[in-house]
Amino acid sequence: MNIHEYQTKELLKGYGVPVPGGRVAHNVDNAATVAEELGGERWVVKAQIHAGGRGKGGGVKVASSLDEVRQFTDQLIGSHLVTPQTGAGGRLVQRVLVEQACDINKEYYLGLVIDRGSQRVTVIASASGGMDIEEVARATPEKVVRETVDPAVGLMAFQCRKIAANIGLKGKQIHAATKLMRALYRCFRDQDALMAEINPLAEVNGGQLMALDAKMSFDGNALYRLPAITELRDFDEEDPKEVEATGHGLNYIALDGNVGCIVNGAGLAMATMDAISFHQGKPANFLDVGGGASPEKVGNAFRIVLADPNVKIILVNIFAGINRCDWIAEGLIKAMQDQQIGVPIVVRLAGTNVEKGAQMLAASGLDFIMADNLDDAATKVMATLGGQGS
Amino acid sequence: MSVFVHKHSRVIIQGFTGQHATFHAEESMANGTNVVGGVTPGKGGQTHLERPVFDTVSQAVEETGADVSGIFVPPPFAADAIMEALEAGIGVIVVIADGIPVQDMVRVKRYARDRNAIIIGPNTPGIITPAACKVGIMPSHIYKPGRIGVVSRSGTLNYEAVQQMSALGMGQSTSVGIGGDPVNGTDFVTVLRAFEEDPETDAVIMIGEIGGPQEVEAARWAKANMSKPVVGFVAGVSAPPGRRMGHAGAIISGESDTANAKMDTMEELGVHVVRNPALIGETAHRVFS
Repeated sequence: MNIHEYQTKELLKGYGVPVPGGRVAHNVDNAATVAEELGGERWVVKAQIHAGGRGKGGGVKVASSLDEVRQFTDQLIGSHLVTPQTGAGGRLVQRVLVEQACDINKEYYLGLVIDRGSQRVTVIASASGGMDIEEVARATPEKVVRETVDPAVGLMAFQCRKIAANIGLKGKQIHAATKLMRALYRCFRDQDALMAEINPLAEVNGGQLMALDAKMSFDGNALYRLPAITELRDFDEEDPKEVEATGHGLNYIALDGNVGCIVNGAGLAMATMDAISFHQGKPANFLDVGGGASPEKVGNAFRIVLADPNVKIILVNIFAGINRCDWIAEGLIKAMQDQQIGVPIVVRLAGTNVEKGAQMLAASGLDFIMADNLDDAATKVMATLGGQGS
Repeated sequence: MSVFVHKHSRVIIQGFTGQHATFHAEESMANGTNVVGGVTPGKGGQTHLERPVFDTVSQAVEETGADVSGIFVPPPFAADAIMEALEAGIGVIVVIADGIPVQDMVRVKRYARDRNAIIIGPNTPGIITPAACKVGIMPSHIYKPGRIGVVSRSGTLNYEAVQQMSALGMGQSTSVGIGGDPVNGTDFVTVLRAFEEDPETDAVIMIGEIGGPQEVEAARWAKANMSKPVVGFVAGVSAPPGRRMGHAGAIISGESDTANAKMDTMEELGVHVVRNPALIGETAHRVFS
């Protein structure tokens, strides 16, 4: 789960990470008031959306007067900001963060992530902060410093000093960076984060280190013990179909092909898409109905897949372990009877109660194209699509 | 011998009296698994499925000599249950739960260090040595005794591969689901090593997924250490690039953990790679015969 920059900064500030003075604003007057209360002569107005690359997309502006704060806020709020991560449609900006502007001497990168390799939290830092840190890591991996955290003791001060020294910090900055990194780690640990990133970590006028931009994402599986984080969830930033799917216990991701997929298990769902692609087809979506797929769940899966106008055919591929093929068949029959399904449906059932499920589908008299196995299913999908001339 | 579980394994179930645990324990017992008891805190002294129920894993181990535990407790309590099993000296711990917080598993793995136990999962259908011992939720009837080891991250894709094998008359020595979570108990290398050392396994099918370095590390290990052939598949060629906010994940993994990149490297390292998931069985049949 992701949160906005202003929320991340408030959270980090509570742990002792230095951030610029600033507050969120929802309209022009609001923004001007925030700037006035912050004082100073220059402010940064930053669009708040859940996507990176905002600077490149024109979502970060420096204002030299309160009029400019108003002007930039007016431009940003209500606009669709397009960045390299939003897709062509962009993302609707509903609020801005107004901050005191700082003079930057140097920019560093600092990130924390769960590293699948070490199976631990890893700190990543670089003297090359700013936008193209992935390029830095690719081209000059030696400029990226890493430290792995032992969860029994947490991120130790000596590790932070090592990181600080290796990215070229000197004198008092080493101690300031150590304090900052340990605060960031405490926040990461306490709040079950999956990723935290300060980019840039800036050395501002006077030599102080400050988090000028910050991003965090949190473990959806830990939200039950994170009430404060859960409240920060912004459903406007999520695909409404994916939110609806999650509400029904389904895992759905929209893609740009025309073969709708309804599968159980993430691995089999991916493999089903792969089999379709192997036969030169294009999946319209990833959909995992999960374990214990009730007839209602199957019905909801159909509704969500069919809401995509590109879908020309649906492949249902179920290998029942804790699922049962008869439940799936019941859901299929009900969906066919209740919903206007104008596309052919290829069904492959296997596993628990497969005979019963197949009998139910046959006895229904409805027009299912039955497949014996995964290869047969992918072949029949492509043959049927070809027959339609699409 | 098979790997990790066999007909002499003495299995307990943690969360024994719950609905799912009961259903799957009964199913395992019907398929020959020696379930010797279970643990449900607060229900110690009762009898369930004609087996004793204990309050703690230590009591269960002391009374029954259990050496394998199937953990069926819900995700928020799973990390504690795994550590309890580790502390009690259980050698093989199978964690079914899907949805354990990642940092819980980071701590579990630290706690497990030097404790010499195998943790299978989480987010796995479990492990089965056909007709001998099953700890998990997979449909037993698709598995047949045989001499091919199967190891996979995904559960349903494991079923898929096994059914393709069975259709061609190939059975399994043991099938291990190592689970789909980013931090999991046992990696591919550990399972490959066990299969390599097992005299009852002749060949291995390894099924991975996008994300993480595990499959490539396993292929590298196999090239250096394995005499038995390995057939491999990595799911997710057609998966969209993940939407992400920061760069940290990409810096860690680079571009090396896409499905195609992993399969290319595995192939270079001598794994017999299948590109079409519908042909896992067929490829194994061709390579292994």
